[in-house]
Amino acid sequence: MQLDVVTLARLQFALTLMFHYIFPPLTIGLSVFMVIVEGIWFMTQKPLYKAMALFWTKLFAINFAIGVATGIVMEFQFGTNWATYSRFVGDVFGSALAAEAIFAFFLESGFLAILVFGWERVSSGMHFFATCMVALGSVFSSIWITVANSWQQTPAGYHVVKTTAGFYRAEITDFWAMVFNPSSVHRLIHVWIGAFILGAFFVLSIAAYYILQNKHLKFSRSTFNIALVYAVISSCAALISGDLQAKAVAVNQPAKLAAFEGHYKTGNTGTAFYIFGVPNSQEEKVEFSLAIPRLLSFLVHGNPDKPVIGLDQYPKEDRPPVEIPFFTYHLMTALGIFFIALSVLGLILSRIGILFKQRWLMWVFVFSVLGAYAANQSGWVAAEVGRQPWVVYGLLRTKDAVSHAVPAEHIITSMTMFAIIYSFLFAMWVHVMNHKIQIGPEGIEEAMAQAPEPSKVKDLPAVIANLMRGPASLSQTWRSFSGEDTPNRETGDKR
Amino acid sequence: MHLPLNFIWFMLLGALLTGYGVLDGFDLGVGILHLFAKGDEERRIFLNSIGPLWDGNEVWLVTFAGALFAAFPNAYALALSGFYLLIMFVLFAIILRAVSIEFRSKRQWQWWRNFWDISFCLSSALATFFLGMIVGHLFIGLPFDSTMEFTGNLSDHFQPFPILIGCFAMSVVAMHGAIFLYLKTEGELRKKIHGWLWKTLVIFLFFYTITTIVTLINIPSATINLFKMPWLWSIVVFNVAAIASIPRMVILKKPGYAFVASICTVIGLAALFGIAIYPNLIVSSTAPSLSLNIYNAASSQKTLGIMLSVACLGLPFVLGYTSIVYWVFHGKVEIGKSSY
Repeated sequence: MQLDVVTLARLQFALTLMFHYIFPPLTIGLSVFMVIVEGIWFMTQKPLYKAMALFWTKLFAINFAIGVATGIVMEFQFGTNWATYSRFVGDVFGSALAAEAIFAFFLESGFLAILVFGWERVSSGMHFFATCMVALGSVFSSIWITVANSWQQTPAGYHVVKTTAGFYRAEITDFWAMVFNPSSVHRLIHVWIGAFILGAFFVLSIAAYYILQNKHLKFSRSTFNIALVYAVISSCAALISGDLQAKAVAVNQPAKLAAFEGHYKTGNTGTAFYIFGVPNSQEEKVEFSLAIPRLLSFLVHGNPDKPVIGLDQYPKEDRPPVEIPFFTYHLMTALGIFFIALSVLGLILSRIGILFKQRWLMWVFVFSVLGAYAANQSGWVAAEVGRQPWVVYGLLRTKDAVSHAVPAEHIITSMTMFAIIYSFLFAMWVHVMNHKIQIGPEGIEEAMAQAPEPSKVKDLPAVIANLMRGPASLSQTWRSFSGEDTPNRETGDKR
Repeated sequence: MHLPLNFIWFMLLGALLTGYGVLDGFDLGVGILHLFAKGDEERRIFLNSIGPLWDGNEVWLVTFAGALFAAFPNAYALALSGFYLLIMFVLFAIILRAVSIEFRSKRQWQWWRNFWDISFCLSSALATFFLGMIVGHLFIGLPFDSTMEFTGNLSDHFQPFPILIGCFAMSVVAMHGAIFLYLKTEGELRKKIHGWLWKTLVIFLFFYTITTIVTLINIPSATINLFKMPWLWSIVVFNVAAIASIPRMVILKKPGYAFVASICTVIGLAALFGIAIYPNLIVSSTAPSLSLNIYNAASSQKTLGIMLSVACLGLPFVLGYTSIVYWVFHGKVEIGKSSY
């Protein structure tokens, strides 16, 4: 492998995208959890749940800010490093990206302000509304980008035309066929579930840590129980969604599934499913393998004797690399099974009432969040590397998609700077998150001592009415705006 | 009158860029002035004046880039790959700025806060400067050929005119930010800011004058549209009137109106930029006939139509939430438990 412009551009994209994707899934998963706890608080008015909402909001805000900052890079990088690609797909891909900004980013970042800074400025109903909107916005933000990416996997609703400038590009013929292309819905659901699993295990990890430290016990046990249910539901949902996903890949992108499974030769009988192995592309076989015969055929076709299409059905230049998709796909699958086992075990022990006494299990929960990060990352790596050598499946090859104007030295310069800044950022993020976690839920004792405030607004019309009214008297605003109340503040200010 | 979609999208992109300038302009300005604030208390007031707002303001830039990609993909591809290193610098500055705001008040250590204070100020200044430089380049054009690929080299990026526009951009946002702070603060700090406000205003006027003269002399194409469509002179008048209103409103002690005047100044400047380049998006300095304009850089009519429906559906919501957030956080800055 030589370091040509294409390789460098791919490395840079992988680096910046994988770093970015540390943050958004947690934003999505944690925001849903915050809606749950704040919803419980809103209904019960128990201060314990307010302490939860406050605590998770702090961690959420730090995570969100870095997610936004690193996300801006992604949006520009399509143009900076992949100009040919941008010209080819702009008509299709650009509209999804713009829709994302208009529908999701404004919603998220606007209401985030109220979520983080609005505790003392708005009523509890309005605050809950803002939390719901942030969660909705973060869920929306995943829609359009996943649609755009799915279009690259399974293009639909377009035609390729030659422009007057002489190059070819894809243009939309049917917007809804583009949006609901064959892979977008099930991939989107899988992305969401992955994010929910991360959110659940992130919360479980911190709560388990407090339990092990014997700190904030009431808070952490209660949090743990809520998050455990969230984890069980999302882990089990991931299994169903993953199965649907693999069946769809078998239909839409057989070469990709073959790469996932290290399936080089189609053969005449049922295809085996590798539980473990090391693919060897030179000799086209999987070494050191542990395989269940015919299982893959059964999973894909429902028929253990019907062979699954292998890589040998594709010309060499159209085959994806096998090693990376194989390992990442298997890692993700194994982690998925592990999450189900762990969360179901936790739930059973919790029902018996001995969960929090199992210190070893608490330690497993503390570290399982790393698995959730790894599963989200490796799933995407498998999906993207498995699409190679195409950037838009069957239409545009990755090697043809780069910017011709950008020399290798510039990419190396910017990539070095990204590497330095991102390492520094990551260290800072870990440090600040850890600091917040060590401090723990602030003011929980104080919150517990307080009598629960009666809720001011309970129903939706009243929430909206309150929202229209604004947080303080309007006349006050107007006076300060037009400068009428300023003389006392301005004395000595004249020039 | 039947408006072609390409023209509508030129205007909409202009509106997004103007929205970005007006909104993120003041928080970038607060960043540039940040180190002038002395002591932790004052600096926290500065940060919290923009605390709930800066993130939403940056989304305007994100939306602008997304809409440019969708509506004029050829311009998006050329500008971003052509300005590769400049764009990377902007991105580094934006990342550093976001985390400086977020991390600064998370620890009590003096060195920690000083470090993030400096990085907040520097990154705000650099982000503004490089964005200004890119705008400057759009005035003078870029070397590119008929394959729509940039053909110049690094030295093409650092010419005097874009550097001048970069400095001008910094002076605009510094003034805009000073007026914003004047509106959001009280007491002793407000008096200090009142002093800086005049300084930033003088610096702004200095760069405004120089930029105007240099542009008129060096870039004759900038005024072609004004002579073609004389009613556009009203924009020039609007811009000058807005600038003149700033000192008047400050003297009359109407900070709200001064801020409105400052907003109008930014709008006027953005409109003049649009008039100067229309109908081109990126001028080719190799041969003017190669320039990317709103027709040869655009997506298909169908996509422009779909995007217009998306914009019509989405923008009312966007304006809705933006108003709610500004409303919730109106008034003087208060440092509370959830502040930075």
